[in-house]
Amino acid sequence: MTSSDKNPIIVVENLTARFGDRTIFTNVSFQVNEGEVLVILGGSGCGKSTLMKQMIGLYRPASGRVLIKGVDINTPDEVQLRQLRMQIGVLFQSSALFGSMTLGENVALPLGEYTDLSPASIDLLVRMKLAMVNLTGSAELLPSELSGGMKKRAGLARAMALDPSILFFDEPSAGLDPITSAELDNLIKTINSSLGTTMVIVTHELESIFDIAHRVVMLDKTAKGLIAEGDPHYLREHSTDPRVVNFFQRRVGELK
Amino acid sequence: MPTTSRPKPDYAFQIEGQKREKIILSISGRLVLEHLEHLESEYAAFLTEMRPAELTVDVSQVEYLDSAGALALIQMEDQAKAQNLPFQLVNLTDAARRIMALVDRQALQPSPPVPKPRPWKALEQVGAVSLSVLNDFVQVLTFLGGLLIALAQSFRHPGKIRWGDTLFYMKRAGVDGLPIVGLISLLLGLIIAFMSSLQLKQFGANIYVASLLAIAMVKELGPIMTAILVAGRSGSAFAAEIGTMMVNEEVDALIIMGFDPLKFLALPKVLATMLVVPVLTLYADFFGLIGGMIVGVVGLDLTVFSYISQTQKSLNLFDLLSSLVKSAVFALLIAGIGCQRGFQVRGGAEAVGSATTSAVVAAIFLIIVTDSAFAIVLHYLR
Repeated sequence: MTSSDKNPIIVVENLTARFGDRTIFTNVSFQVNEGEVLVILGGSGCGKSTLMKQMIGLYRPASGRVLIKGVDINTPDEVQLRQLRMQIGVLFQSSALFGSMTLGENVALPLGEYTDLSPASIDLLVRMKLAMVNLTGSAELLPSELSGGMKKRAGLARAMALDPSILFFDEPSAGLDPITSAELDNLIKTINSSLGTTMVIVTHELESIFDIAHRVVMLDKTAKGLIAEGDPHYLREHSTDPRVVNFFQRRVGELK
Repeated sequence: MPTTSRPKPDYAFQIEGQKREKIILSISGRLVLEHLEHLESEYAAFLTEMRPAELTVDVSQVEYLDSAGALALIQMEDQAKAQNLPFQLVNLTDAARRIMALVDRQALQPSPPVPKPRPWKALEQVGAVSLSVLNDFVQVLTFLGGLLIALAQSFRHPGKIRWGDTLFYMKRAGVDGLPIVGLISLLLGLIIAFMSSLQLKQFGANIYVASLLAIAMVKELGPIMTAILVAGRSGSAFAAEIGTMMVNEEVDALIIMGFDPLKFLALPKVLATMLVVPVLTLYADFFGLIGGMIVGVVGLDLTVFSYISQTQKSLNLFDLLSSLVKSAVFALLIAGIGCQRGFQVRGGAEAVGSATTSAVVAAIFLIIVTDSAFAIVLHYLR
């Protein structure tokens, strides 16, 4: 499946984020198509992670709404919310693995909560998921025994446990060496092309962006909103907005 | 947990062929995680019932397949092969083929069981526990020794003490603890005076309630109750604070920047606790005695004056001073162990939790042990 299908799975409408008196961004609207890899990018402090947390329902927007498969993520309907949560997997920046559980238990947790599968089936699925992220035979390890890259992959295995149709990644390559980071990018591409999973990725790693993104949306701190949207390669070559050009060419903009 | 009704499987089997002959099994619909086990059991039942001589599984009608669905197809093949049944999977779409390629068949085999360590015999367990307790005791002593040296050094250079932090922890451990220490001591005084009055009344020895309470409160209960409360409020907080800093590598950052974590983090806490706990103890003694006086005046018809003068007669300055020294030592133990347990944290959130618990338990244990030692030493010192 490619982005050409143009079947919106996530619709972000006029989203505004505010912490106290401080407005992070206003009136952000865009949509994510089914099977697409969309990267949210922008400099530090522009609200990329806030936007993602609003999209997954961790932060309530000051105004606007996020529809996932037509359902408002801030719906008060418990049953709808539960079904929605099964459709979403999130890989947090710190991987957020539970330190007191083994990798196997971490991956098994959503399976046990959301399905009626027997322990044997869950065990089989856990082994399959860990193998998908190249962590075969690591089910008994504790997160504290893993390297940063392994933690990310284990976090991804847990995010994929329920075969969600949408995966969110918060800075997946932060703190990883270039090779591990490229491996993770490859994994993201493989999962996207094999399972057709829609992916929303927050990152500012240029190499990753050009490698994996079908489309990007760019936030800007001073504009407090979206300043560009489209194919990253096209934007790099054809954008006339100096903020976009500076970002893609790693140029320091004029100091104000 | 909100329960969701289990959705009905939205796939179907269509069987072409006769029993014990070549059979084509066409699967249509969605092969997804929710129906993994249903699919497996239906397939097993199909195999048992039809006993095909040769099996072809046609998946051209499968609309959607997730990785669990792919796993189910792979298991179908494995199961057929285990029964020496010729098996063919046909009409796989490209998308399905890609998903199936994601599944590593080798990894599905159960990993060889990890040999369990031989269970320890009872004697070995006793030995191991004793060694770990001894080791822990040595570590606590070493830490407290280091702390005392740092304390002594700081008194020679008082300007180097972080007084701002010290004042902050004095407020945390002392001022913020005043309401709970006051309330508990007052109630303790009331209870002890009331319970003892029931006995002493029988002998007409009402006035000795004041003596009993004064001695019990000032010599033992005041220092101990205050110390236990401070251990619960502040010892645990110190362990959690330093433990979290260990997890976040903040302590490593301090060391790299050339700070001694003992002086930077532990000393202000220990100093603050040692300064406020004796004051809190006096405050606890006062409220305990007030509690006793309420019982004496209201329940035993004693006058305020006679209660106070009997209390004064029962106590001397040595008792009061020794109880203050004792409470300062308790404070050293509480804050010292809190910090030591914090510095011991390795790993994550769980380690912080156990360090906090251990700080409180160890502090209370050592408070009682030290109090016993004080009781004996003070008895011979008088």
